Amino acid sequence: MLEVIGLRKVYRTDRREVEALRELTFTVGAGELVCLVGPSGCGKTTLLRCIGGLLEPSGGTVRVDSAPVAGPPAGMAVVFQEYGRSLFPWMSVRDNVALPLRQKKLPRGRVNSLVGEALQAVGLEGTETAYPWQLSGGMQQRVAIARAVAYEPSILLMDEPFAAVDAQTRADLEDLVRSLWQRLGVTILFVTHDIDEAVYLGQRVIMLSASPTVIQDELTVDLPDKRNQLHTRADPRFTALRTHVYEQIQAAKIAAQPSPGPVR
Amino acid sequence: MIRRLLMVVSLPAVLFAIWFAASLSSENFYAPPLRTILVAFKDTWTPDRLRADVLPSLGRLLAGYALAAVAGVTIGVAIGVSKRLRAAAEPVLEFFRAIPPPVLVPVIMLFAGIGTSMKVIVIAFGCVWPVLLNTVEGVRAVDSVLSDTSRSYGISGAARLRHLLLPAASPQIVTGLRQALSIAIILMVISEMFAASNGLGFTVVQFQRSFAIPEMWSGILLLGLLGFALSELFRLAERAALGWYHGLRSAQRKG
Amino acid sequence: MILRLSGLAALVALAELLPRLGVVSPDYLPPASGIAAALGREAATASFWTAVGDTLVAWAIGLAVAVTAGVAAGLLVGAVPVLRAWTASTIEFLRPIPSVALIPLAVLLYGTGLGSSLLLIVYAAFWQVLVQVLYGVADVDPVADETARSFRFSPWARVRHVLWPTALPYVFTGIRLAAAVALVLAVTAELVIGSPGLGAVIAVAQSSGAVPVMYAMIVVTGVLGVLINVGARLAERRFLAWHQSVRGEVAL
Repeated sequence: MLEVIGLRKVYRTDRREVEALRELTFTVGAGELVCLVGPSGCGKTTLLRCIGGLLEPSGGTVRVDSAPVAGPPAGMAVVFQEYGRSLFPWMSVRDNVALPLRQKKLPRGRVNSLVGEALQAVGLEGTETAYPWQLSGGMQQRVAIARAVAYEPSILLMDEPFAAVDAQTRADLEDLVRSLWQRLGVTILFVTHDIDEAVYLGQRVIMLSASPTVIQDELTVDLPDKRNQLHTRADPRFTALRTHVYEQIQAAKIAAQPSPGPVR
Repeated sequence: MIRRLLMVVSLPAVLFAIWFAASLSSENFYAPPLRTILVAFKDTWTPDRLRADVLPSLGRLLAGYALAAVAGVTIGVAIGVSKRLRAAAEPVLEFFRAIPPPVLVPVIMLFAGIGTSMKVIVIAFGCVWPVLLNTVEGVRAVDSVLSDTSRSYGISGAARLRHLLLPAASPQIVTGLRQALSIAIILMVISEMFAASNGLGFTVVQFQRSFAIPEMWSGILLLGLLGFALSELFRLAERAALGWYHGLRSAQRKG
Repeated sequence: MILRLSGLAALVALAELLPRLGVVSPDYLPPASGIAAALGREAATASFWTAVGDTLVAWAIGLAVAVTAGVAAGLLVGAVPVLRAWTASTIEFLRPIPSVALIPLAVLLYGTGLGSSLLLIVYAAFWQVLVQVLYGVADVDPVADETARSFRFSPWARVRHVLWPTALPYVFTGIRLAAAVALVLAVTAELVIGSPGLGAVIAVAQSSGAVPVMYAMIVVTGVLGVLINVGARLAERRFLAWHQSVRGEVAL
């Protein structure tokens, strides 16, 4: 379970302060798949880095399985948007997936079976000895997902993981995430700027305001668990939900615009 | 394939032939016929001579170069990971790098005399700067996403050094090592010209001083061959070590 | 800024303390104040400034010749694919030949004159420029070149508007590298052969046991080197401010 309580982040430079996150409180229950959406530049990445223990918040706490986060927590895996930069280009696909497991000091046999299973789960059998950059973008992101899955995390953070792949690959990867989630029972926090993607993937959608960020709204996605690119997206309920999210995001953008002051 | 081979060898062959033909009847004392030089080459660089003069030179070269590589990478990583250390050390390093390496010869002669250790130290001291500065630069520029990824997956300490910092900096380190290689050859020759009783640099200068012109030319040829051979060896080693990097670059270019 | 200066301050303090505390014999490393005093005395003499001038003249002439020849040869060879393939092996062979191998030849041909320095400087600096220009020409975007051809640009216009702007940042990188190498070879030639300049002053100081003067002159060569590096970098940034990236060396 992931708890974010009163999270606040202010960047300080020599001359000025920028308030990125004002006050964020939400929880993601064990085994839940929750999507975070917000207008561009709303501090999603800052939030994710705080949750991942990569950035120290200015206030508030993050708890993973009720242990406060200080530094990257053990049971958490992260999939970054920039797949090209988050895979080690000097390692084969297999070594990329295996390295974190070796760091956990797992026995060799266990590492091999986890790597094999994870690569199979994402549909990458046969690419073990390739370098990541020899694969297409979508396949590279699959490697990153396999690495996260093999790590056996209790929580999986995904930071706009499909923002840089083409539309068809993206649909495939969305279904992959849903099926992995259903099979493994892992808790997933999925950050995206794509409203359709958030509604299609999530059990819940949390909408963020523009920076300085607070929670704008929250919504339970009452679509059937079995989802499918064709029918789910054509479902009137899907359309209604995405309209709601869209309106909230628009409202957040307008609220963020500074009111027109007197002409100087 | 034959066309490519022809491309590779034709110009050197033509140049060589021109030199050979043009110098055939040369009366110029300083530019003897190439044929004379080649005969002198065969007579001068006998196996005994190679063992007595070329091997010691190469030994010093490798010793100094290896010292510089180890020291440069070690200190470079240490400086590269610390922002404050980097800020304090950089001006000093830039200054040392800007000093023309051969002027170190007289200084190091003061401390280490004129023996083999002097030459090794001279080579090491001259070569260390490009390795060091490039390592600092390479470690500093490790991709932020890759660094975050490593931290999230608990890759820290020695594993971070081995699996993240060193491989990420390796293209830069190799650039530094390549610059250092040409400095090493220069310093090998110079330090032997200054003070030595054997070695390639010493022998070539002896030939020049005693006006043994064809022998001197043969020495220049040998130095050229040595420089070429070392850089080819380096290229092969680099191809093997940085295969991933060249693949990545060409993949990025296509993309 | 304070941090940046602290490193230099520590270096000077170390150079002062080590000989004073007897860790290093002052005969081998005079204290920093002694070196500074020697530098002060030298700077008051005309011969010092003549030596600096000699070194810089050799450096400037050698660099100018090398850059002109390197750019011209690089554009010509790079722009004609056949020529490029034909010369590649020769360039790869000649480039790693250490320029110091030419020292005996230079001595025979030019003695201790300016010509000796120039031969070494031009040989060493030429390759730096040539290789960078070749990289630059190879970096031309095929789409840009095809665009130019589809608009029926003349060959000269293609060189002027496509090739040259692409290669320019590389030309500057080449000049910057060549400037550093040219100083090294200028001082080396003076040191080993005895052509007039700072290197010769170092050689004389060494053979006459004037250790503080020797150190002072070495510091001067280092300062010259730093000034040349900084100057080249500033010039690069100024001339290429329009370019999307003032790029670093090609790691190849």
